[in-house]
Amino acid sequence: MDMTSPEQRAKDKGAGVELSGAEIVVRCLQEEGVEYVFGYPGGAVLFLYDELFKQDKVKHVLVRHEQAALHAADGYARSTERVGVALVTSGPGVTNAVTGIATAYMDSTPLVVITGQVPTHAIGQDAFQECDAVGITRPCVKHNFLVKDVRDLAQTIKKAFYIAATGRPGPVVVDIPKDVTTAKAPFEYPREISMRSYNPVVKGHPGQIKKALQTLLKAKRPMIYTGGGVILGNAAEDLTKLVRMLGYPCTNTLMGLGGYPATDRQFVGMLGMHGTYEANMAMQHCDVLLAVGARFDDRVIGNPKHFFEEPRTIIHVDIDPSSISKRVKVDIPIVGNVSDVLRELVKQLEAAREKPDAEALKAWWSQIDQWRSRDCLKYDRASSIIKPQFVVEKLWEITKGEAFVTSDVGQHQMWAAQFYKFDKPRRWINSGGLGTMGVGLPYAMGVQLAHPKATVACITGEASVQMCIQELSTCKQYRLPLKICNLNNRYMGMVRQWQEFFHGNRYSESYMDALPDFVRLAEAYGHVGMRIEKPADVEPALREALKRKNDLVFMDFITDQTENVFPMVPGGKGLSEMILV
Amino acid sequence: MRHIVSILLENEAGALSRVAGLFSARGYNIESLTVAPTEDATLSRMTIVTTGSDDVIEQITKQLNKLVDVVKVVDLSDGEHIERELMLVKVRAVGKDREEMKRMADIFRGRVIDVTDKEYTIELTGPGHKLDAFLKAIERSAILETVRTGASGIGRGERVLRA
Repeated sequence: MDMTSPEQRAKDKGAGVELSGAEIVVRCLQEEGVEYVFGYPGGAVLFLYDELFKQDKVKHVLVRHEQAALHAADGYARSTERVGVALVTSGPGVTNAVTGIATAYMDSTPLVVITGQVPTHAIGQDAFQECDAVGITRPCVKHNFLVKDVRDLAQTIKKAFYIAATGRPGPVVVDIPKDVTTAKAPFEYPREISMRSYNPVVKGHPGQIKKALQTLLKAKRPMIYTGGGVILGNAAEDLTKLVRMLGYPCTNTLMGLGGYPATDRQFVGMLGMHGTYEANMAMQHCDVLLAVGARFDDRVIGNPKHFFEEPRTIIHVDIDPSSISKRVKVDIPIVGNVSDVLRELVKQLEAAREKPDAEALKAWWSQIDQWRSRDCLKYDRASSIIKPQFVVEKLWEITKGEAFVTSDVGQHQMWAAQFYKFDKPRRWINSGGLGTMGVGLPYAMGVQLAHPKATVACITGEASVQMCIQELSTCKQYRLPLKICNLNNRYMGMVRQWQEFFHGNRYSESYMDALPDFVRLAEAYGHVGMRIEKPADVEPALREALKRKNDLVFMDFITDQTENVFPMVPGGKGLSEMILV
Repeated sequence: MRHIVSILLENEAGALSRVAGLFSARGYNIESLTVAPTEDATLSRMTIVTTGSDDVIEQITKQLNKLVDVVKVVDLSDGEHIERELMLVKVRAVGKDREEMKRMADIFRGRVIDVTDKEYTIELTGPGHKLDAFLKAIERSAILETVRTGASGIGRGERVLRA
């Protein structure tokens, strides 16, 4: 989006007007159509903040800790199709941001992170609030830049947005020394950018796509397994079309939920460590596997050796060649944008004379239905203590599956993934790769700002939520009416579960002692707090919370301390070696 | 297996650490690494000698290609290629050993590039195994210091790596 009038641009260029580095940065953000910058000021970025102050096109959201700025920008990006932007100061600003950058990197979220740096002449002098931002972030960014010359600034920011959003997306850090923000240069924002060293592939190889389709049509026990790439590549519609046309079963990874409608009969649930029995069994026993935008990671296929005990032909579509044949040898690799490849598959399928083997498919579905009848997600619905699954299920019912749901990391995350049925992409926002506790609340802030009218729920636990609890203050400042569902079992639930299963019930340091009174805590921040202790009160509380359109409501659900997440594939075990309830 | 990987990359600050960091972060081996600008000053040419199974080498080339500063990657071991390494060796050269040392240098087509009354510094170029052979051929106790550049490689014939 072009935010500057052509006259203004011509004037700037023609009259030889020079802008300061700080002005240039803000103008670049305007040119990129950036709506929100999440950040926290400090010495090295004062000139940038001064320029932000003088305009109102780019809105700044002041967080309470830089980590939350990154998560909020990340949540904003995940729930939209846009690049998230964060701005932090040098030194501790950068180091605080690193967890957020690494979180975005592991889940391939497009972010541009502007970090302040000490003046160029002070770099390397152990100056106040100096750190090697480019060095510290190098292993967890898609790319990073240190801008030493104000004349390179606009070009570099353009590159940062381009790199962040194209190919396999990811965070890009632009480190700007303070003197570069005061130095002056003519400003022209490049319309286009091309880099000889960076040319992401788009179209898949037509021959490979043809081969893939022929293989798919010959399958007796087909399976379609899709990941975060379908969400990031905006390919949910194309995927749904293909899966429906083929009539094959489909599973999503934790990151891929919403890629295929969860309420559809052809959806067999999430797969992996806490995937459904039917999804994991079908994955293990299929003869042709189509993997789309997924990376066969350790939480998804379990022990690769065990996975390979069953022979199957694997087709793998991914935009990142290094994801292909990394953990699992692939028979038909297709490097390309998933949406383009899926569309081409649909096109070729429509034209194909061959159809899927109806008889084999019928037998395969009856096998899957038999696995399904195991009812692997069952739990005690008559319990007199609140079951965490029950809260998520009720939330899903009451919001009609239309809410944006963020989560933190642990048991509650898995229950959210299992029991909130996502029919649409970009509704489920969680940290899958890095598994960062504390993301839920700041994610929800970013999502709510991107979708002001939508219901945004944060499913969290009493341990995770305390890792970024200070953001309740940010929520007050920007009037973000989040619905926080704290599944409070007084334990780091997933740690406790592993200790119960694998460490002889020795609950080493996993009990959450000295918890705050969350109701009063919420109230102290100016929000509404509720404590819910009985199953019968769950639904009324959720309804009441959703009715309060303008309030952040912190619901503290006192849940069963002993509940575990099932099914579970223990670490190092095969996919079909699940512990079932 | 040993592989020699050639990389053409942007001659920019930090490009070397991106490559080196990739190898350490992902647990790949580096036997040697050499880098210098090319005739086009905006580009550097790097040669890395590494070891690994075919799967590992495939991942290494894919991961290298993913680095934004990397323009091109080629595994020279995939075809005919030439490797050269430069070594400087300072040796003790006194008494009857002095003559012998000069002779050995000649046999290996080395050149004495610095002389004192007690030492020679010998320059030697060749594939790594030739340099190894020279060090083996002279008496170990005579070696005062060795400096090796690590291998540089180039494809044979028409095989060319350009941006």
